[in-house]
Amino acid sequence: MNLAFRNAVEGGDEKPKLPGSLQVNRRLDRWLTLHAEGHASIHPGKVELGQGILTALAQIAAEELDITLAQLRIVPATTPGSPDEAVTSGSLSVQESGMALRHVCAEARAICLEVIAQRSGVVREDIAVHDGVFLAPDGRVLGSYWSLANADLLRVEGTPGIELKPATARRLAGTSSARLDLPDKVFGAPRYIQDLRLPGMLHARMVRPASRGAALLALREGTLPDDAVIFRDGSVLAAIASAEHHAEAAAARLALRASWSDAATLPDEGSLEAWLEAAPAEESVVLERLAETPPPAHRVARRFFRPFLAHASIGTCCAIARWEGEVLHGWTHSQGIYNLRADLAKALRMPAENILLRHVEGAGCYGHNGADDVMLDAALVARAHPGRPVRVLWSRAEELGWGPLSPAMLVLVQAEAAADGSLLRWSQRVVSNGHSGRPGRGALPTLLAASMLADPFPVPPSINPPLAGGGGGQRNAVPQYRVPALRIDLARVTEMPIRASALRGLGALVNVWAIESAMDDLAHAVGEDPLAYRMRHLDDSRARDVLAKATEMAGWVTRGKREGIGQGLAVARYKGTGAWCAAVVEIEATERILCRRIWLAGDVGEVINPDGAINQYEGGAIQATSMCLLEAVRHDARTITSDAWERYPILRFSEVPEVETHLIARPEAPPLGAGEASLGPVIAAIANAIHDALGVRVTRWPFTPENIALAMEDK
Amino acid sequence: MAFVLNGDEVAPAIEPDASLLAALRGPLGLSGTRYGCGAEQCGACLVLVDDAPAYACTLPVKAVAGRRVTTVEGLGSEAAPHPLQRALLDEQAGQCGFCLSGITLRAVALLRTNPTPKAAEVRAALDPQLCRCGSHNRIVRAVLRAAAEMAA
Repeated sequence: MNLAFRNAVEGGDEKPKLPGSLQVNRRLDRWLTLHAEGHASIHPGKVELGQGILTALAQIAAEELDITLAQLRIVPATTPGSPDEAVTSGSLSVQESGMALRHVCAEARAICLEVIAQRSGVVREDIAVHDGVFLAPDGRVLGSYWSLANADLLRVEGTPGIELKPATARRLAGTSSARLDLPDKVFGAPRYIQDLRLPGMLHARMVRPASRGAALLALREGTLPDDAVIFRDGSVLAAIASAEHHAEAAAARLALRASWSDAATLPDEGSLEAWLEAAPAEESVVLERLAETPPPAHRVARRFFRPFLAHASIGTCCAIARWEGEVLHGWTHSQGIYNLRADLAKALRMPAENILLRHVEGAGCYGHNGADDVMLDAALVARAHPGRPVRVLWSRAEELGWGPLSPAMLVLVQAEAAADGSLLRWSQRVVSNGHSGRPGRGALPTLLAASMLADPFPVPPSINPPLAGGGGGQRNAVPQYRVPALRIDLARVTEMPIRASALRGLGALVNVWAIESAMDDLAHAVGEDPLAYRMRHLDDSRARDVLAKATEMAGWVTRGKREGIGQGLAVARYKGTGAWCAAVVEIEATERILCRRIWLAGDVGEVINPDGAINQYEGGAIQATSMCLLEAVRHDARTITSDAWERYPILRFSEVPEVETHLIARPEAPPLGAGEASLGPVIAAIANAIHDALGVRVTRWPFTPENIALAMEDK
Repeated sequence: MAFVLNGDEVAPAIEPDASLLAALRGPLGLSGTRYGCGAEQCGACLVLVDDAPAYACTLPVKAVAGRRVTTVEGLGSEAAPHPLQRALLDEQAGQCGFCLSGITLRAVALLRTNPTPKAAEVRAALDPQLCRCGSHNRIVRAVLRAAAEMAA
C-alpha cells in the first residue's frame, strides 16, 4: 500500500526517527525547492487521485513556511525526481507525505531564519515571516526565501525533533481551502492523462482474449483502417494508428479475426462461496487471546459472503510510453510510480534506472485498478515504434473486466455473551484471495500483460499486508469491543482465477459489516438498544464520541418506528489505527432497499482541510451505499461478463442518500487520512437498518431483493 | 460537415461517420468532452446539440452538420465562468471530476427548460449521468445554487 506496508514487511531502519516518508527520503531538497522568481515548490511522492491530497499537502507546506498558497507550486511525481513514497493508498498520505512536508518546511524556515539573522544581526526570534518575506520588528525587509534560493541551504538531511508551528498558530492548515485542481476539471481544461497529446503520438487499443488465460492461436489476415498496424507479442495484441478512432476501429476488426484457445478457468458464479471454502489457502492466526469464559447465555454464529467487486472508475485507464534508445519514458496515473517502475523493469527485462515515469492525474481509481497494467501495455506497444509516443486507452469493457478486482470474501463470525449481555468470546474467520496484487512487491511482475507475453511470467497470487501494515483481508477483522477471549483467523486463498487486488477499504468493508451485524444480533438477543450495547463494550473514548455524535445528529434515541422504514448504526476505527467513523442510516424497504439518509460522525485528529475531509467521508458513504445495495462482478466460467455499466450498475443521482457529516475537532491530535473511514460503517449500518425494517439479517452481498429473500429463508 | 462549435464555425478533418467525440478530442483539440463508455451509458461525453443533450460517443459527426454544438469549453472559463461552473466551485462539487463535463451540460440543458427545478427534479434529470466518487449531493446543491443565481 504505502510505506506503512513496506515497514511492516521489511522492518524499519535504524536511523533516527523522522516523520512519515522523510524517514526514508531524508534530504530536505528532495521535498522542497526555493525559487528566486518568488515561489517555492514541493515534490511529494504521493499523487492526486481526486481525493484532494495535493491541496492538503500545499496547505501544510505553505503553513509551515508562512507563505501563501499562490506562492507554492506542486511538482508532479516522477521517477527518479520525487521521493519514493511507495503507493498513494491506505488513507496514509497526510501521515506519510504531509508530516514529512510539515517537518521539511519547518526546518527550511528555521534554516533560512538563521541565515537571515546572521546576515542582518537581528535576533532570530525577533524576525517575522510574512508571505515569504523576513521582516525585522521595525518592519524592515531583511530578505526572503527567494533571496536565499541559490544559497543551497536545503542540501541537508532532516534533523529529528525540529520545532513545528503550534496548532494554535495555524491559519491555513485547518481551513477549507478550495481544491487547487478543481477549476481545470470544472472548465474542461486538459489536465487528465487522457488529455495529454505529445508530438507525433500514436494511439493504440488492446485486443483482449475471449476468455481468461486463453492463448492467441491465430490472427486472420485482412485490411485495417487508414494507417493502422498490428502489435503482437505472444497473446498481447493491439492495434496502432495515428488517429485514435482508427486504432479503435482496427482493434474491433482484429477482435473478429483473432482465434483464442478455449479456457474455462473461472469458478461458477453461483458457487463462489463454495469455491472459497474449497480452494487451497494459506492459513494464519491474525490474533488470539486465550481466556477461560463461563458458558454463554447468548450465541451468534453467522457467515457473510460478498462476491468480487470492481473499482468502476468513470474514466478508463490510460498511459503513454516513448522509447528513446534503451530508455523508456512513461506517463502514468499509477498510485505508486516507483512500485510500477520495479515491475516494468521485471516484465520488460531491463534496468529500472532506464525507466523514467511521470505521474499525470487520471479519473478516480479507489484502489488498484488497471492504471499500472496499461503502462506495461503502452511500453510494449511503443517498443515497436521507437521514438514515437504511444498512447493506450482502455475500453469500458477492459476497465470493468480486465483490471484487478476486489476479491470475493467469506467471513464467519461466532460470538458469545453472558446472560447480562457481556461479550465473552469472539471468533472470526476471513477467507479470500489476498487483497494486494500491487506491483513492486515480489519477484514476479503482477502487471496484466506480463502473463500474456510470448515469454510469459506466471501470475503470483495476491498477498495480504500484515496487520501492522494495515492488513488486507484481515483489515478490521479484530473487533474493537471489549471481549475476553478472541481468535481471528485468515485463510488466504492461493488459487487466483480472477486477479485480485486492493479496492478502497480492502477487507474492512466485509469485516465491519460482519462484526457490526453480530453486535446488533447480540443486542437484540439481550434486549438492549444497539447503541447502549455497543457503548458498554467500547473502551476507546474516541469511538464512543463519534458514536454519540452520529446518534445525536440522527435523533437515534427518540427515533420512532415507521412501517417500511429502518434505521441502523455502526462504528469502526479504520484499520484499528486510522480515522474513526460512526454511521447512522435510514433506509426505505419497498420492492428494493433505498438508503435515504446517512448521518456520519468522524474523527481524523487534526483536520488539514475540513471540507476536503468531509468530502471524503461523504463520497465514501455514497460509494459504500452503491457497493452494498447494487454491486457484484458477474462472470461465467470463461470471462467477466459485467463489463458494461448496464451489467455493473452503480448508484444513480435519484438513489443517492442525503449525507450529513460532522468531524470532531482535535487540532492537537496527529492527523489521520479520511478516505476510507466511512465505507465499512455505512455498509454495516445499512445492513442493520434492513434488519430494523424487515427483521431479517442480510448475510449475502449485494443487499438485493433476491439476497434478502434468501435471508428470509435463513430465519 | 461544418458545424458551429461553441460559437465558431468548424469543419474537422475527419470521416463523416466518425463520432463527434472523436472529432472533438481529435482534430478539434478539445479534450473537455470525456470518453467513459462509448455506449451512452455513463454520460461522460455528453454535449449539447442545438441546446439538447446528446451523447458524443455514438453520434456521427455528420449528424451535427449545420447545427450548434456546445461543449464544456463553450460554457465558460475561469475568467468568465458559467453560473453553474461558479456554483460547482463554490460547492466544491467534485472529487476526481471526470464526470463533471457531461453533468454540467446535462444540468445546463435542464435549467434551460426548467429554470427553477426542485432538488428531486435535478436528481431525476441527472440520473443518466454516472459519478463514482460520490459527489452527487454537492452537484445537486450546485445546480440549485446556479438556478437561484440565474433567476435573480
